[in-house]
Amino acid sequence: MLRAARQLMQRDLLLALRRRSDALMPLAFFLVTATLFPLAIGPDTRLLRSVAPGIVWVAALLSSLLGLQRLFADDHADGSLEQLLLSPQPLEVLVLAKVFAHWLTSGLPLLVLAPLVALQYGLEPEAMGVLWLGLLLGTPVLSLLGSIGAGLALGARGGSVLVALMLMPLYIPLLVLGSSAVVAASDGTGSAPHLMLLGALLAGSLAAAPWATAAALRIAHE
Amino acid sequence: MNWHSLQDFFAMGGYGTYVWGSFSVVFALMLLEVWLLGRREREAQAAVTVHDDEGAA
Amino acid sequence: MNQPYYSTANGARRRLTVFTFASPRNFYHLAGRLIPWFAALGVLTGLAGLAIGMLVAPTDFQQGDAYRIIFVHVPAAWMSMLIYMAMAGWAGFGLAYRTGVSSIMASALAPTGALFTFLALWTGALWGKPTWGAWWVWDARLTSELILLFLYLGYMGLHASISDPRRADRAAAVLALVGAVNIPIIYFSVYWWNTLHQGPSVTLGKAPTMAPAMLAAMLLMVAAFWCYGIAIALRRARCIVLERHGSAAWLRRRMK
Repeated sequence: MLRAARQLMQRDLLLALRRRSDALMPLAFFLVTATLFPLAIGPDTRLLRSVAPGIVWVAALLSSLLGLQRLFADDHADGSLEQLLLSPQPLEVLVLAKVFAHWLTSGLPLLVLAPLVALQYGLEPEAMGVLWLGLLLGTPVLSLLGSIGAGLALGARGGSVLVALMLMPLYIPLLVLGSSAVVAASDGTGSAPHLMLLGALLAGSLAAAPWATAAALRIAHE
Repeated sequence: MNWHSLQDFFAMGGYGTYVWGSFSVVFALMLLEVWLLGRREREAQAAVTVHDDEGAA
Repeated sequence: MNQPYYSTANGARRRLTVFTFASPRNFYHLAGRLIPWFAALGVLTGLAGLAIGMLVAPTDFQQGDAYRIIFVHVPAAWMSMLIYMAMAGWAGFGLAYRTGVSSIMASALAPTGALFTFLALWTGALWGKPTWGAWWVWDARLTSELILLFLYLGYMGLHASISDPRRADRAAAVLALVGAVNIPIIYFSVYWWNTLHQGPSVTLGKAPTMAPAMLAAMLLMVAAFWCYGIAIALRRARCIVLERHGSAAWLRRRMK
């Protein structure tokens, strides 16, 4: 079972490597979005520093939403997803493997880019650190919850917009916790509770999301 | 009775716009929902009868 | 065994089970008989509630007569949450037992739930302006209500985007359940967010200490909205059964 999961993950990574632009575009979107806000709000450093956590998180969220199409759509189109459903391995494990591969190409690069954006906004090192930790815990949740949306939207007409509409309410706790962690770190009130709650969200999503996604995939193939 | 005149009732102690603005929208939309559903039901029933004519042997 | 039985139209006897009304035909008949009762009850409790609330209940000391908005705001808000729970419940039942009528019931509840959510927000804004001076405050409850509206819209959007009605029902059912599980998490995080950024929470919509007439009127209005919700959902479910099973013999006979 683990071998199958690992092979699936390697396959997905190989495919992502061959179609680099698919994976790079959401990251470019992240950078562009994060750059738009200072242009819109003005270069006042104090203001930018205070809105930075929220903006980085929202940009990460939106770029993650854009990248979700890659997760199942191509496999669904050429029939390989159906083959996965027919395999003797538990679908939940296979889903987890795909989501992990997706995170490696969408969430992990964000962890590299986020400090750059934080510099743009003039965040202090301590706040930057908490932002990074929050993203480390939060981007997998984005991929996990996102996989539910991506699975449900298979065979539906709405596309990315539908996925975004479905997932936004579910992303809100993540957004609130992630950005308030940074605010708490800047205030000095301590971000430990926020980060621990983020960890709890991650644990919960790891346990529950593959199950919901697998249900969605089965329904899409009825 | 809490009110001494009809004008008092409509004025709602100065908050008339808010109170009646709320109530009117609530009941208007609920009535609209009922009416739209009625129309949907009539169309569905008509479709069933049409089916019937087509299948009649 | 002494099992309860019911008689069908042609005189056959069938056992009454949990799944009796999972048959579209039985559900259609049952719903048709229930709707008038709930509609009548809704109208009666609504008239009584409005009469007591608008005519008899005293003017509040702090909020003046603006508080009377709670007679529609609170029922709308409560119903919006209750209907989502009911929707998720029916969705879960439909997914677990593959009963189509359960999923139909879930999708019949959604538009009404969304309407109540919107009404809760609208009346909340109109209550907020005179009492707190702002049309919108990022109060935990109002914000959660707004997110609930998005949950409803997501459900309805997904359902509308899938062509096959049975698949649409099941996919939307998964989304409803995921949403239901997330609601406590969302509420908690919004509440936290609100207290973090605003200090002592400015809770919009603190209902005044209730005089008996106020409480009676509010409970009657809640009952009225509840009956309205049930009646409308049953009627919509009947419509959906009509639309989907339009060519069934039992329907064609009935329509004659």
